[in-house]
Order: sequence, then structure tokens, then C-alpha cells
Amino acid sequence: MRKTFFTRILLVGTLLLAQFTFAKEQEHETEEHGKDLKTEIKEYISHHLKDSHDFSLFSYTAENGEHKYVGFPLPVILIDDGLQVFSSSKFHHGETVAEVDGNHYKLYHGKIYKTDAEGTINYDEKHHPTNVKPLDFSITKNVVMIIVTGALMLWLFTSLAKSYAKNNGVPTGVGRFFEPIILYVRDDIARPNIGEKRYKKYMPYLLTIFFFIWFLNMFGLTPLGINVTGNIAITFALALMTFLLTNLTGTKDYWMHQFNPLGDSMPWYAKIPLYIILVPIEILGLFIKPFSLLIRLYANMQAGHIVLMSLIGLMFIFKSWLGSPLSFGLAFAISLIEVLVALLQAYIFTMLSALYFGFASEDHHAEGHEDDPELVHL
Amino acid sequence: MEKLLEEFSLGLFFWQTVLFGLLLFLLYKFAWKPILKAVNDREEGIKNALDAADAAKKEMQNVTADSEKLLKEARAERDALLKEAREIKEGIVSEAKEQAKVEGDKMIKQAQATIESEKKAAVAEIKAQVANLSLEIAEKVIKEELSDKKKQQKLVDDMLGDIKLN
Repeated sequence: MRKTFFTRILLVGTLLLAQFTFAKEQEHETEEHGKDLKTEIKEYISHHLKDSHDFSLFSYTAENGEHKYVGFPLPVILIDDGLQVFSSSKFHHGETVAEVDGNHYKLYHGKIYKTDAEGTINYDEKHHPTNVKPLDFSITKNVVMIIVTGALMLWLFTSLAKSYAKNNGVPTGVGRFFEPIILYVRDDIARPNIGEKRYKKYMPYLLTIFFFIWFLNMFGLTPLGINVTGNIAITFALALMTFLLTNLTGTKDYWMHQFNPLGDSMPWYAKIPLYIILVPIEILGLFIKPFSLLIRLYANMQAGHIVLMSLIGLMFIFKSWLGSPLSFGLAFAISLIEVLVALLQAYIFTMLSALYFGFASEDHHAEGHEDDPELVHL
Repeated sequence: MEKLLEEFSLGLFFWQTVLFGLLLFLLYKFAWKPILKAVNDREEGIKNALDAADAAKKEMQNVTADSEKLLKEARAERDALLKEAREIKEGIVSEAKEQAKVEGDKMIKQAQATIESEKKAAVAEIKAQVANLSLEIAEKVIKEELSDKKKQQKLVDDMLGDIKLN
């Protein structure tokens, strides 16, 4: 156990070192191009936070001044006069215009625009491109990471399931690490929040989002430049799923609580003035709850990446014997905290989803003591 | 907010929803269901085993209590038997003593009666012998007396003197 912990620390250290060398490449590039280092770092960070159409591991500038990218291209799928499928290598990382079946496309700030043969992009007064954006269903870097994570989860947990069957209910190998987490999700997240009667129904979803978010958060800490859970589309999809599950499985009492929050405690004519305010608040609450989920996860992961990369960037801005080691140490400490945050955010998302499912599962509204099994017999 | 909306990619949202739904389904079917079932079965097994152990313990206690009860009963029975035996023994002994006493008394009485009758017989015999001896002595004396005339006369005189004609 101790050994694995030690190797994990080593691993994190190595990852950071990798990031360090990664950033170093950037520095050389900057000097040769004579650009402002700070802007360069800022651009690099914002570029990293975005999804991309190719899986680039790192880039460097060759001796002849040519940009070299190490990585692999991914398929681009556009819906524009039918389905257009081509490799993202045609864009040459946004440097050239891709020509497919007579249509021309250009990659500009991570988005694909339809252009003319020269690739001119027209801007409005706010410097936003006015070109047509075709519907983009490309297999981007984030989609690849979702597939990788999904495959990893499928492999891990089906092998755990098989190990139960093989060893008569005793997990082996990596399952010994994951079983307590599964039990934790069941006993400390699902059961207390949803209740004994209905928690089983939500278990597959809770386990899936927990491990999905956790694994993707952890992938985000690798120097591969992955930022899946810090993407608004991903967190929106996850929160939408929780929202739909909450409201589609809601009991009669749950809906009664939404539209009649005070119950039979006062006559109907007294409730009218209160309900003019209360009911809209309750209905707004339905949407605010999942919205807070999506913003929390997005902002936490985004912020973590920005802080970490900024600290690494500081090393090259300071360029002194004191500042650079200091920011390296800080970056190291922050990345350890980020490991914790990765788990914490997965936990919070799962926990709050379970809490909302718990609200949707309530059987007796307003009278909490009826839920108490000991008091039922009185 | 504008930046967030600009960042939102419909394609990514589409893929995330589709892939996540697929992942959820596959994991549910091939992982979570068997895992949760295995864990549940195991917990149930542990609970059943504990219950069985509890029941066995209770049974054990019952058995111990039963055997203790039996032992107590046996002990009480033994005590009762011993007591009875002692009573019987005492009865027999006292009866025997009584009988012996009665017998003894009877024997003593018999002996006494025998002694009495023997004594009487002896006395009677002594009396008879004394009478015989007296007669013999008297005979001898008379014979002696009558051998001499004078004496004879004297005797007659004495006798006559004794009679004195009352």
C-alpha cells in the first residue's frame, strides 16, 4: 500500500516534469518569434483549455523555422450539404484551408468555418467571425478521451464483475481498490440521500457519473492537455442527465411539493398570495439545481487547469534562481491539491445528484416524521 | 456568459450524450448489475451466517439449560431415593429392635417361669428328701430307742407326757 502511494507521488512528479519540458518547448518558440512571452503563455493556456480537432501531444519549431506537431489527426464530421467526413490533417492545425468536395473550411480558434478558397474570414465590429459555421459532429480530442475513459471503465468494471463470479464473491487485483469506492457510493452517497426503498434504481447512474467524472478529471492532470470535464458541453450534458432523471422519476409527492409547497397547512385563499412568489421559486429551483452542478464542475476544473498552467508559465517569466524553483514548488503543491479536487468534484457531483434524486423520491411531503420507521408504529 | 455560450459545442454535447448513454447501458448490463448483486449476495451471506451463529448459540444455551435441568432433576431424584432408603433402613432397624426386645422379653419371661417352676420343683424335691431323711432318721432313732426297754418306756412316758390330754 505504502509502495503504491509512493509510486503515485513519483508518477505525479514525472507528469509535472513532463509538463515542464513541454512548456520549455514553448519558450524557445517564443524567443525565435520574438513574441511577448506573457501573451504567448496566455494564448497557450486558453488553447489548451479548448477542445481540438486533432490529438497533439506537443509541438516545436524545427531549425528551419517550420512548426512541427507531434500527435495524430482525428476525423472531422460536418453536416453541410450532406455528411462531410475527412481527416483533420487537412487543416494543418489551422494553417491551411481544407477543401472537401468543392467546399472550403478553415479552422479558426478551434471552430470550423466555411470560407472561400483563400480562407478569408470576415469579422463583425466585435471581431467575431461572420462566416457560416457548419454543424460540427467531429470526433474531437474530448470525444476520443470520452471513448478512452469509457473503454477503460468498461474493462475495469467488467473484469471486477467477472472476478466476483470466479472467486465466489471476493474481488481480486484492482477490484480490491475499486470495491470500497463502489460500496462508499452505495452506503454513504446513495442510501442516506435517496433512502433504502428507492436507492437501487439510481445506483448504476451514480456509479457511472462518479467514475466517469473522476477518471476524466484525473486524465486532465496528465500533460496530454486534456480538459474534458472543464468543458461546458460535457458538464451540461451530465447535468441535463441528472435533471431528466430527477424529474422523470419524481413521485407524486415530489410534484405536489413543487406546486403546493405548503400542503394542507392553511386554507386555499391564504395560499394564493404566497404561491404567487413560492411556486415560481420552486420551479426556478428545478433548473437552478442542475445548473449549479454544471457550473461547479466546469469552473472547478477550468480554474484548476488555469492555476496550474499559470504557475508553470511563471517559471519562464521569472527566469531567476529564486522565482523559478518557487513556482515549480507551488505548481507541484497545486497539482497534488488538484488530485484531491479531481476526486472531490466527482464526489460532489454524485452526492448532489443523489440528493436531488432523494428529493424526487420523497413519499410524504412536509411531514418528515412519517418517514421515520420507528414512529410509524406509534 | 457569452464566452460560455461561444464555448458550447453542439457536436461535443451530442457525442457526450450518446457515448455516456451507451456507457451507462453497457456498464449497467455488464458491470454494475453483477457487481452490486455479488456484493449484495455476499452481505446477505454474511448476515445469514451471523444469524445462524446466533441461532446456534441460542440453541446451545437451551441445550445447556436443558441438561442442567435434567441434572438437577436427577440429583433431586437421587436425594429422594437416598432419603427413602434411609427411612426404610431405619424402619427395618427399629422394627428389628422392637421384635428383638419383644422376643427377649418373652424369653426372659419364659426363663423366669422356668426358673420359678424349677425352683418349685427343687424345693418340693428338697422337701420330700428332707421328709425322707427325717423319716429315716426317725426310724433309725426309733429303732435305737426301741432296742432298750427302758428307753422305750421312757419314750412312751415322754410321749404320753407331751400329749397331756388337751
